[in-house]
Amino acid sequence: MSKMGATRDGYGEALLELASNPKVVVLEADLGKSTKSLHFRKAHPERTVSCGIGEQNMLLVGAGLAASGYIPFASTFAIFTERAFEQMRNGVARPNLAVHVCGSHGGTHTGTDGSSAQSIEDLAIYRTLPNVIVMHPSDVVSTKQLTMQLAATGSPSYTRTARNKTPVLYEGREDEIKIGKGIVLKEGSDVAIIACGVMVSQSLMAAEALAADGINATVVDMHTLKPLDGELVDRLVSSCGAIVTAEDHNVIGGLGGAVAEHLTANTFAPLERVGVQDRFGESGQADEMLEVMQISAPYIAAAAKKAMARKG
Amino acid sequence: MADTDELKELARKCRVHIVNMVYRAQAGHPGGSLSEIDLLVGLYKTTLRVRPDDPDWDDRDRFILSKGHASPGMYAILAEMGFISEKDLESYRVLGGVCQGHVDMKWCPGVDFSAGSLGMGLSFGMGSAIAGRLAGSERQIYVMLGDGEIQEGSVWEAAMAATHHELGNLNVILDRNRIQNDDFCETQMRMFDIPAKWKAFGWNVKEIDGHNMDEVVEGMNFLSSTNDGPSILIAHTVKGHGVSFMADNPAFHGAAPNDEQYAQAMAELGEVKA
Repeated sequence: MSKMGATRDGYGEALLELASNPKVVVLEADLGKSTKSLHFRKAHPERTVSCGIGEQNMLLVGAGLAASGYIPFASTFAIFTERAFEQMRNGVARPNLAVHVCGSHGGTHTGTDGSSAQSIEDLAIYRTLPNVIVMHPSDVVSTKQLTMQLAATGSPSYTRTARNKTPVLYEGREDEIKIGKGIVLKEGSDVAIIACGVMVSQSLMAAEALAADGINATVVDMHTLKPLDGELVDRLVSSCGAIVTAEDHNVIGGLGGAVAEHLTANTFAPLERVGVQDRFGESGQADEMLEVMQISAPYIAAAAKKAMARKG
Repeated sequence: MADTDELKELARKCRVHIVNMVYRAQAGHPGGSLSEIDLLVGLYKTTLRVRPDDPDWDDRDRFILSKGHASPGMYAILAEMGFISEKDLESYRVLGGVCQGHVDMKWCPGVDFSAGSLGMGLSFGMGSAIAGRLAGSERQIYVMLGDGEIQEGSVWEAAMAATHHELGNLNVILDRNRIQNDDFCETQMRMFDIPAKWKAFGWNVKEIDGHNMDEVVEGMNFLSSTNDGPSILIAHTVKGHGVSFMADNPAFHGAAPNDEQYAQAMAELGEVKA
C-alpha cells in the first residue's frame, strides 16, 4: 500500500511555508478547518481575515488586498467559490489582480455530502476567464509545490483540492513540479492518458491493467489546465497517436475540453474523454462515486482501447 | 480648507464636462453623475490625499466609485485635478480611450478599482482598508455607493464584515438620489429606513444634503475624522441635479441629451456657446 495524503493538506502546508513572506494574507469563509488554512490562522492570526460565510465579499476583499500589494490566498469549498463567479470575473480576473482561490472538496470524490457539494463544473468556468491560472493537482506533495509557486506568478488563480486521500506520487521529486508543465509518470507508445487530480492515480492503475493486455500506455499528470501544456499534448499525439483524458469533472469544459480544443486547433488524434457524463452526483463513498460516475480505472482502460481502435 | 464658492464653481464646471461627455458619446449615465458631483468635488478638494502626478503613490487615500457607471462625474473631477487632461474626456466610450464606459483601473490614472458591476466596491474597499492597516498606514478608504446599488446582497456581506473587523479607515458615501435604472427606488425595491439599517450593522452614520457644499465639506470631515469603526455619509441628492429636465427624472439615468436638450443644458449651466 503506497503512502496516502490529501491534497488539501498540501495547500495548508504551503500556506505555512509562504508565511515567511509578510505580504501573504489568508482569507477564510468559515471553512478553514476543512480547506486547511487553519494552520496559517493559528500561526498568523494577524494576517488571517475571517469573511464569515460570505464568499462574494471574500473574493473582493482579496482583490483590494492584491491591489495594495498583498498576496491573498482565499479558500472555501470548490462549490461555494462558484457563487462568487462574477466577483472573480469582474473584480479579480478583469483587473488581473493576483488573488489565489483554492476550492477544496471538488468533484464527486467528495462523497457523502452529496450532489450539492460535488463541484463538477469549477474547472470549466474558471478556465473561461482570461488571466486566470487553473490547476487541479493530484497529490499532497505537488499541491504544496504548486501552491507555493503561485505566490510569485502575479496572476490570479483557481486551484481545486480534494478532501479524500490519494496516493503520494512526488515525494523526493519536488523539483519536477512546475506550473504549466505536465508530468509524464509512465512512458508508453500505444495510447496516452492525460489526467488531473484524483484521476491520476486511477490512470496509473488503468495503465497497469492495460500492460497486462500487452498495451503500453503513457500517463501524464496535467495538474495545470490553464495554461495547458500544449507542447506536451503535441508530443503525445506523435508518440502515441491516441489520447484519453480522465477527470472527476463534467466532460464539458474541463481537462477533456481543454485537450479537445488544443487538438482541434493543432494536430489531430482520436480522443476519448473519461469524466462525469453531464449529470449531477449523489451521496456515496469516494470510491463508490468513481464507479457510479464510471470514471474509475477500468473505465479509463476501456476508453484507452476505444481510442486506440480509432487510430487511422 | 477650500472656499465653498470655489468648490461650487468647480462643481459647475464638472457638470459641464459631464453633459459634454454624454452628449458627445450619445450614451452614458448623466443622472447619477450629476447627483454625485458635489460630493466628489468636496471629497477630492478638501479631504482625499492623492498625488495627480504620482497616481500610484502607495500611501494615497483610495477612492472607489462602486457605482461605476456614473463615470462621467469621476472623469470630470479627475480632469480638474490633473490626473487626466480635458482632452482625455473626449475619449469617453470611444475605442481605446482612457475614459472607458465604466471606470477601469487598467485604463485610467487615478481610478482605484474597475467597477461597473454593482455591489463590488465596498468589498474591494474593505480589502484596501485591511491592507492599509497591515501596512501601518493612516490612509483612508472612501467608497461611493448608489442607493439602488445597496439592493445587492453582497453589499451587506461587506457591511457586516467591516464592523466585525473594526475598520475605522473605511468610509462610505451613499449617493441617495432615489432613482435607479428602471424607475424610482421606491417602485423597484423599497428600502425603508436606510440610516437605521447601517446603524444596526454597527456603522457610524451621518446624513447631509448632498448639494449643499457647506454640508458636503462638513460630511467629508466627519468621514476622515471618525475612525472608531467604519462610517457612512448618507447624502440626500437629486438625480440629474443642475439640469432642469434631467432632475429627478428616471429617463436620464442612462440617456444622452439630443441637440436641443444639450443647448438648454449648457445654457442652464452657464456655458452658452458663442
